[in-house]
Amino acid sequence: MFRLVIRRILKNKLALSSLMFILFLFLLAISAPFFAPYDPYEINVYKVLEPPSKEHFFGTDELGRDVFSRIIYGSRVSLKVGFIAMGIAILTGTLLGAIAGYYGGLLDTLIMRIVDVMLSFPTLFLILAVVAVLEPSIYIIMIVIGLTGWMDVARLVRAEVLSLKEREFVLAARAMGSASMRIILKHILPNALYPVIVAATFSVGGAILIESGLSFLGLGIQPPEPSWGGILSVGKDYITVAWWMSFFPGIAIFLTVLSFNLLGEALRDAFDPKHWADE
Amino acid sequence: MLPILFGITLICFIVINLAPGSPAMLQDEFSPKASPEAMEALKKLYGLDKPIHERYFNWLKRVITFDLGKSFVDGRDVVEKIKERLPITVTLNLLSLIFIFIIAIPIGIYSSLKPGSFFDRSLTVLVFTGFSVPTFWLALVCMIIFGVNLGWLPISGIQSIGAEALPLPERIIDWIKHLILPVTIMSFAGLAGMSRYTRSSMLEALKQDYVRTARAKGLPERVVIVRHVLRNALLPIVTLLGLSIPGLIGGSVIFESIFSIPGMGQLFYASAMSRDYPTIMGILIMGAFLTLLGNLIADIAYFIVDPRIRVKKDV
Repeated sequence: MFRLVIRRILKNKLALSSLMFILFLFLLAISAPFFAPYDPYEINVYKVLEPPSKEHFFGTDELGRDVFSRIIYGSRVSLKVGFIAMGIAILTGTLLGAIAGYYGGLLDTLIMRIVDVMLSFPTLFLILAVVAVLEPSIYIIMIVIGLTGWMDVARLVRAEVLSLKEREFVLAARAMGSASMRIILKHILPNALYPVIVAATFSVGGAILIESGLSFLGLGIQPPEPSWGGILSVGKDYITVAWWMSFFPGIAIFLTVLSFNLLGEALRDAFDPKHWADE
Repeated sequence: MLPILFGITLICFIVINLAPGSPAMLQDEFSPKASPEAMEALKKLYGLDKPIHERYFNWLKRVITFDLGKSFVDGRDVVEKIKERLPITVTLNLLSLIFIFIIAIPIGIYSSLKPGSFFDRSLTVLVFTGFSVPTFWLALVCMIIFGVNLGWLPISGIQSIGAEALPLPERIIDWIKHLILPVTIMSFAGLAGMSRYTRSSMLEALKQDYVRTARAKGLPERVVIVRHVLRNALLPIVTLLGLSIPGLIGGSVIFESIFSIPGMGQLFYASAMSRDYPTIMGILIMGAFLTLLGNLIADIAYFIVDPRIRVKKDV
């Protein structure tokens, strides 16, 4: 089954190029000093707001820093926040969803009520409130984005668990005296894996979008650390004289999020047995 | 409904109490020489000398009576501050919602009728763009193109300077001109999602037995689509209406600060930047309340649209 999914992804050109782009981005982030032509923090007062040229592919910013290098370093922030926030959201959502679905009763009601409450906040309001109250730092941003993004996963896992827990193999495990936690972890969750993987892929893109929005508002990654949203935030003040400062980071965010979304969609199709018939 | 309201206030209270130190400490920063006695008095004023659960219930009692405290920034009542900002935000969100519905549903229907066609594939592109593009960036790009380079539309505020002096029809035109950009961009992401959803809902309904029956008895295709497929496909979309509200309201923080629209989102942004806790709390509660209201309206709409629910209730 796993091999089949991989084969389907490799066949899908859009999904394959998204995957390649994401891998390329990882490579950029890990070896940023190697790829970046300049130091992203290096200020050069003689080269302020220069348009894109052979020396500076994406131009320079208001302090003469190379925008291309800053965008390469900025990929570190986006990937870190995207993946760790996703990890927090998926872990929290899977755990709470599995508990709610498996045990049912009062525990289920309580967890689902928490989900309802969390879903009734405009997400950005809640995130901004927490970030404003605490000092904004990359760790707080990861945690907050993660803790405001687990509700859909919880609902999804709960629904999966509800349908799985009555199946024969679970009953058999219970009859053999397995502990509840062991049944959840070893028998139920592996069978609910695929929808969770799809949700995880989408949520990386979502988290990157939220982080860049926060940094754009000045309540995310703080300067001088390069982040895509942060470059855009400064760029908007110079937008009439230096379009490149706002244009390129926006494209970077767009392509990255698009890749995760396309990959997520392709995974959804690849996992769906309904689509296998035509092979 | 009631437990959710209770949960909302609880989360707001937890968020504000995450703050290192206390609200009284924040005020110390402005007067570092405050004596310990003065600080005690201040703590008493805010009730910080009481245990946390007691403080929560005291605060809750005030919230229920619409007393959200006074702003740290200008000392005005938070309720008053929200009240003067709320109409603009609600109007913008309602306009966007209407816009989304008017455009997304026909697009979705049309592309469901010819799956795989050029139009249908263009819709898929639009959907992924809508989900992936950072809207604040899109807003900037559109501002530059339509506002600065082409000079067609104003790029900030909701009316021109001195617009009050104009006669009413011109004022309305001025107002519409200011709203075109923000509303269009606010609708963009929702538009993509909604048309996609309409499409899949239509495709689902088209497969049903009653559609085959309707065709078999010789109804014209138009009647089949409008009377039989569309009515059933629209049901789940009503639910989506409720679900899209939190995203819209949350997005108003970004759009209102980009386009300098004096609404609740802009106030929230300003309060977050200046750590005006009472105002942050007030707007947070207000945002959740608006979402609940939206869900309630969606439920009522569902009740009206779907006769089956009404029948069940009657029995």
